[in-house]
Amino acid sequence: MSIELDSPRSVATASGRLSQRALTTRQAIADRLFRISLVAATLVFVAIIGGLFVELVQGSWDSIVAFGPAFLWSSEWNPVTNHFGALPFIFGTVVSSAIAIAVAGVVGISAAVFLAEFAPRAVARPISFLIELLAAVPSVVFGLWGLFVLAPILGHVADPFLQRYFGFLPIFSGTIYGIGLLTAGLLLALMIVPTVAAIARDLILAVPNELREASISLGATRWETATRVVLPSARAGILGACVLALGRALGETIAVTMVIGNRPAISASLFAPAYTLSSVIANEFTEATSSLYLSALLELGLILFIISVAVNGIARLMMWSMLRAQGRRP
Amino acid sequence: MQTTIVTAKTVSTSTDIALSARSVSAWYGAKQAIRGVSLDFIKNSITAIMGPSGCGKTTFLRCLNRIHESALTARTSGEVLLDGVNIYDPEVNPVVTRRRIGMVFQRPNPFPTMSILENVIAGPRYTGMTKDPRELREIAEDALRRAAVYDEVADKLNSPALALSGGQQQRLCIARALALQPDVLLMDEPTSALDPLSTLKIEELMERLAADVTVIIVTHNLQQAARISHYTGFMLGDENRVGSVVEFGPTERIFTHPKDSRTEDYITGRFG
Amino acid sequence: MIAGDRLGSSRRVAGLAGVVLTGFCSALAAGLLILLLGYVVVQGWSAINPSFITQLPHPVGVSGGGVANGIVGTVIVVGLATLISVPIGVLTGLYLAVYGRGIAAELVRFLAEVLSGVPSIAIGLFAYTILVKPFAHFSALSAAFAFAVLMLPLMIRTSEEAVRGVPTSIREGALALGLPDYGGVMHVVLPAARPLIVTGLLLSIARVTGETAPLLFTAFGSQFWEVNPTNPMAVLALQIFTYAISPYDDWHRQAWGGALLLILAVLVLNIGARIALAGRTKKF
Repeated sequence: MSIELDSPRSVATASGRLSQRALTTRQAIADRLFRISLVAATLVFVAIIGGLFVELVQGSWDSIVAFGPAFLWSSEWNPVTNHFGALPFIFGTVVSSAIAIAVAGVVGISAAVFLAEFAPRAVARPISFLIELLAAVPSVVFGLWGLFVLAPILGHVADPFLQRYFGFLPIFSGTIYGIGLLTAGLLLALMIVPTVAAIARDLILAVPNELREASISLGATRWETATRVVLPSARAGILGACVLALGRALGETIAVTMVIGNRPAISASLFAPAYTLSSVIANEFTEATSSLYLSALLELGLILFIISVAVNGIARLMMWSMLRAQGRRP
Repeated sequence: MQTTIVTAKTVSTSTDIALSARSVSAWYGAKQAIRGVSLDFIKNSITAIMGPSGCGKTTFLRCLNRIHESALTARTSGEVLLDGVNIYDPEVNPVVTRRRIGMVFQRPNPFPTMSILENVIAGPRYTGMTKDPRELREIAEDALRRAAVYDEVADKLNSPALALSGGQQQRLCIARALALQPDVLLMDEPTSALDPLSTLKIEELMERLAADVTVIIVTHNLQQAARISHYTGFMLGDENRVGSVVEFGPTERIFTHPKDSRTEDYITGRFG
Repeated sequence: MIAGDRLGSSRRVAGLAGVVLTGFCSALAAGLLILLLGYVVVQGWSAINPSFITQLPHPVGVSGGGVANGIVGTVIVVGLATLISVPIGVLTGLYLAVYGRGIAAELVRFLAEVLSGVPSIAIGLFAYTILVKPFAHFSALSAAFAFAVLMLPLMIRTSEEAVRGVPTSIREGALALGLPDYGGVMHVVLPAARPLIVTGLLLSIARVTGETAPLLFTAFGSQFWEVNPTNPMAVLALQIFTYAISPYDDWHRQAWGGALLLILAVLVLNIGARIALAGRTKKF
């Protein structure tokens, strides 16, 4: 214990100047307190994450016991009869996020290629800045805009157009409401485009210049170089960025709640109103009348938590593996 | 457990050896950097350690105040005796040891958020030597004078340290180390980042410092070693780039009558 | 030769088309932001007046009224969240930077990354189960806790990076003076790392200032003045949501006004973060 401390006796016997070299008791205590507080803060952080998981499991236990795994594929959601199943919400979450990542993936990666490979600095900088700013806009503002601008445009212009020419497809059939799966998916796409574009751009910029020069010297055009040499070498990381963005879309709540229509039904049409895991929690949690109802909602939260952890874990692993692969190269 | 070791300077009054390295070896991870280095450093003298780059001379210097071990995966073996006490003894606190063995680095590293004065008194103030502002001010002025930089900074002690020129910054760092009144001062190529004039000023002040401090300087500059040091050690890396001492002795003899042919090759410029 | 030229020109056309298409995608993303911001400004500007900022909400049917309680509530909830998360976040980041070598530290880093991907609504549920349900009472404090958890991952990461970003030579300078870990970190490393830590803090605050989902069942909202954090409280983002999904035109207008205020606040925080960062680049 006293290794770091000078005993009082030694301080007394040593010359004055030298005794001041030793750690004083106060310094030793301060140093120890410092270490303890760092470790304590870290433990608090770990405890919070542990608590988050435990509380979600505990809160949804009634529902887990009552419905078992069938909760995942039962499509009945009836607070009156106390029968709950998550399928409509899983469906809505998956489909809206799939639309989002399909659109945001194409737009985001294209924008990244343009900004990193073709745009002059004077163009790339302001556009990059704007796209990064897009990521800072609060989700409730996206929702507001989606509800009052995007939904009417889709409902009056885009959806009727799609139905007129592609109405033979089930996904473009049925009544048009303006709000619904497609609207939610497109709004989500706008929200996650910055994630895809910013990360993909950084990854593309990190591709060594020698690769580009080698490709150009073989007679490839800049476009061919970008699409056949640069993009493939950043593929794993860009895929990781897309999975990361997908994770955002899966968990997004408020904006989706405002434009998806909030109806727990599974329909083939993308124009139909739907519901997501997060939006049903947002809408019904404070109105849940029975404890089983509340527990079922908490189980939806648990599912959401597990999905997001899995998706983010995969995304991080993909990006790590790419960085490590790059790091190995000289 | 009582630990009088560190402060028991009186133990070794019979000898004039200030610091003694006994078969010091050091590793970075699995890679060995130096092997079995044993050198004695005479009290109040200047010892130069020279050798081609990569011969482990800086690593050796960093073992002398136990700063080597602060790097990730770094490891040391052997003994370093300060007044007869092994500073690698488990009972010795490296933090306290470093207050007796000051260090000046290759590039000036003044603390970026502090003023000139704050930089100089950082040691005495934060190691708890004194808190009295007047005393600290006296310590600072004394240290700045000993580092031959006082006249240049006297009227701007409260301006940022980074506003100084490179040479002034390095002398400020010397003053910062001197403020703790160390017994030994380690200098790791202190002039390699400086212009000739600044180099000259630092070499001059080193001579004066040797009146009451044991100075150990690492340099790859032969002329510098010959100009300023009383003793010189020559280190060389083997085929695996593991460094060890080839020859050690009074500077004059090393440069006029080297015993080892490799030393002769080096000082006559045949390699390195 | 001729065939080669043809191939060349078709390849050139493909390249040109590619550049145009990718450029269009960039312009689309940036343009939509400008459209969105422009719409919020136009709609919001007409809703903002002195009473909007200084008055309480009026009951349905009574026109006028404002979001003053929501503005104050936002400041209280975000302020409390900052007070909770700064010590935990900065100290954990410090731990990772100073002692973070082993498996345990890697695990903490991984947890921080995982937490950054957990949906805010799940974190709201957590705050509900531990701070609302046991007391059977919605409260601003539970909202602050949820926000604090949301702030942690970014704070931990930026604090660690800030401390790691302090040059080794500076850290060794402190070490060589015989400063203990505590002294070196407090007096030398932290001051040098401060601009980046402040940047991370401002970005974390910006992130939660616009956050709405966890508020639904923590702060819950209120029509009244409320400054006691153990009571339900109005928060601007929540007010916008409530007004937006209401059937009343008057409330829709207020939602746009609130959105403009919110965007301004987030923008100011983001610009502040950039300025703090610029302060750093001058230092080294």
